[in-house]
Amino acid sequence: MTGRNYLNERRGLWSWLTTRDHKRIGVMYLWSTLLAFFLGGVFALLIRLELLTPGKTVMSADTYNKMFTLHGAVMIFLFIIPSIPAALGNFVLPLLLGAKDVAFPRLNLASYYLYLAGALMALATLAMGGIDTGWTFYTPYSTSTGGAVNLVTLAVFVLGFSSIFTGINFIATVHKLRAPGMSWFRMPLFVWGMYATAVIQILATPVLGITVLLLLMERLLGIGIFDPKLGGDPVLFQHFFWFYSHPAVYIMILPGMAIISEVIPVFSRRPIFGYRAIAFSSVAIAGVSFLVWGHHMFVSGQSVLASAIFSFLTFLVAIPSAVKVFNWVATMYRGSISLQAPMLYAISFLLLFAIGGLTGLFLGALATDVHLHDTYFVVAHFHYVMMGGTVIAFLAGLHYWWPKMFGRMYSERWSRVAAALIFVGFNATFLAQFVMGSRGMPRRYYNYLPEFQPLHILSTAGSWVLALGLLIMAGYLLASLRRRPDAPPNPWGGLTLEWQTGSPPPTHNFERTPRVEGGPYDFHLVSEEAAAGRQR
Amino acid sequence: MSTASQAESSPRTYLRVLAALLALTAVTVLAAGVNFGAPSINVVIALAIASLKGSLVALYFMHLRHERPMNAVIFLTGMAMLAIFLMFCFLDTASREPVAPSAAPAAQAAGALRPSSARILRAS
Amino acid sequence: MSLSGAAAEPHTEQPFLQHHFALPEQQAEASKIGMWLFLVTEILLFGGLFAGYGVMRMLHAEAFHQAHAHLDRALGALNTVVLLVSSFTMAMAVHSARRGERRKLVLFLALTLSLAGVFLGVKYVEYSHKFHDGLLPGRLYAHRGDATAGQFMFFSFYFLMTGLHGLHVAAGMAVIAWLLRRARRGEFSARYYTPVDLTGLYWHLVDMIWIYLFPMLYLIS
Repeated sequence: MTGRNYLNERRGLWSWLTTRDHKRIGVMYLWSTLLAFFLGGVFALLIRLELLTPGKTVMSADTYNKMFTLHGAVMIFLFIIPSIPAALGNFVLPLLLGAKDVAFPRLNLASYYLYLAGALMALATLAMGGIDTGWTFYTPYSTSTGGAVNLVTLAVFVLGFSSIFTGINFIATVHKLRAPGMSWFRMPLFVWGMYATAVIQILATPVLGITVLLLLMERLLGIGIFDPKLGGDPVLFQHFFWFYSHPAVYIMILPGMAIISEVIPVFSRRPIFGYRAIAFSSVAIAGVSFLVWGHHMFVSGQSVLASAIFSFLTFLVAIPSAVKVFNWVATMYRGSISLQAPMLYAISFLLLFAIGGLTGLFLGALATDVHLHDTYFVVAHFHYVMMGGTVIAFLAGLHYWWPKMFGRMYSERWSRVAAALIFVGFNATFLAQFVMGSRGMPRRYYNYLPEFQPLHILSTAGSWVLALGLLIMAGYLLASLRRRPDAPPNPWGGLTLEWQTGSPPPTHNFERTPRVEGGPYDFHLVSEEAAAGRQR
Repeated sequence: MSTASQAESSPRTYLRVLAALLALTAVTVLAAGVNFGAPSINVVIALAIASLKGSLVALYFMHLRHERPMNAVIFLTGMAMLAIFLMFCFLDTASREPVAPSAAPAAQAAGALRPSSARILRAS
Repeated sequence: MSLSGAAAEPHTEQPFLQHHFALPEQQAEASKIGMWLFLVTEILLFGGLFAGYGVMRMLHAEAFHQAHAHLDRALGALNTVVLLVSSFTMAMAVHSARRGERRKLVLFLALTLSLAGVFLGVKYVEYSHKFHDGLLPGRLYAHRGDATAGQFMFFSFYFLMTGLHGLHVAAGMAVIAWLLRRARRGEFSARYYTPVDLTGLYWHLVDMIWIYLFPMLYLIS
């Protein structure tokens, strides 16, 4: 729709840098996080390249350690944690609520600048020799090694505040800026997911903040808390670190699940099965996520009593996730499925997240974890949930909301090619890693026994297919931006409020404040021709 | 926020709360000097008094008494999370041996570090 | 409550009302929720320090017990009283703002600011004593004649916790000073005093943290 919209209403770089419009902030976050994804991906490809042969392939062991550290740190802190909430969430949340903006637009812009500052600080470490501690910075190595640890921990501190500000904004927005008639149980499930995510961001991130502060003080002053020579406890560092980092993985997956809850009803033309169950399960996951962090520490020296308690609680957290998977599948049952790009990714998600989630159970059980800890089994597990889960869901959301954000449709044919390549490449890369992990291949190892080489080769080949799929995707998405803005307001026939305004939306989102009288997935109440449907 | 519907404490109440806070401060200082048997009892008493003071500040100075419950829910959730964190850390520390068996901390290194994972692997 | 047509007037009459809020109450309540959420992050930030302190104390009870004797209880108690009174004056400031009483608002803000200054002054005195005696954090610890080794760790936590707290006091002072300026210019009224309200909440939290810090560091033996 060529008309005035948030993209063209004000022009020039300055208008973007000083914007308070959640849509523009979302777009800036989008490009930044996609750039981070690209960078992290390059590190990943280099890792996989090195692992083609045991011993040295293309880099030294020290460089290899820096590669996997940076891959992890960049992907986690610069891509996966901010991407769905700050890029897609910022854009779409107020629209879904029928609001004109988030509660605190200036805080939103501040959050973006903090992200940029933290990102630049983290990337500056590349020039300073990098870090090789692993993204987890365990003591005592991280307190005694040289390198740019100080700078990167400060970067993490800054990035943490970016995340906190986003969380504060979302919670306040959901409480106070819903359109008239939108009760809590008429909100789209994406909002429930983002709300639960925001709760975790608020409660967990500060502990990461104090953790890196303590790490910094230990390095600078030798305060003694984590150093056994001084009477400290390195396991305490792990408690501090994982108190944030476990809930953090739910900061990563809840938004992904939130997207799936949006996409599946629309592309099945059916109301979601078990709206309340899904809504409550998001909150339940957020709550239980705080009780399980010790499952990363079963072999660290943590007491057996604590380990047993954490293991038991870990099994609990699988339940709400399973509830969601069942409900999504049930939504599709007897639906009218259209296999466009968003739905292709959503269906991929169901399979890949199920695999990832189930393999988490092996790791949550004490007896098996002793054998699987720090092997490639763990690596495969978290890539299945983080990439097969969150990233695939992110791509679903990106393809779903792309026309809304930029007013253009992309090539349907090429999107299917890319989705297929991504699916095949991903599984080739990481299924092999489950196998080699269960056979004893340790993670973060530069050298390995020759018997693992065939699986490593398979995994590396898979990474190339995956990369190809992602590159094709980048290609057709960028190409779409050069087309005329031709997207209709509601290309998918969705019933939520964002489809009731233009693609792209005007700066103030809605011409008239929407008034909500029904649920977000009432497909059973509208006719098939209601392509310009509305949340009644 | 011109809504008169929101009740608020009067200056008198604020003064009374201040008086209570000051009194409790005196109590906690005095209690610290008393030997109740075990040192942990002193800790419990000190924490209890501190929590009482904190509650007064939250309820009256921070208006939680008169406002919508959501603000109190937010505050209490934060405290609950902190409690969980503290509890598990203490539980873990209390149920295992200290990492360095020569528990007295020394400014100089006193021998090689014992890898803490060795304990579990030896036990299995 | 139909909002769709009547958006223009509330916003022009009330310049503090941002465009995406329909009513001042809505905006004020949203701001409060935001502030409480931020306070929770502060609780967890400091909470981490309490956790570290608690664990290390469990492991080195004797050293911590001896080390804490170096702290001046009188000064600590004085600072507690100072902060409690400053919380009272801050609550009174918010109360005055709510009733549109500009002079009282200015008075109570100024009192709060002064008391905060006293707090930092006392801390400066305390810190000077510690520096003089070599009671410093970590590897800077230079005190001689300790009966038990490892007292340096107590001071690591002492400085970390009171230092972080002191930074928050200083930041609070800066904000209160800014509020004072705005208040003197008459920028607050009974209809709009949200910044005062939110700063009050922050200040009370700073007080609350000290309420826990004081016994934990100075009193428990």
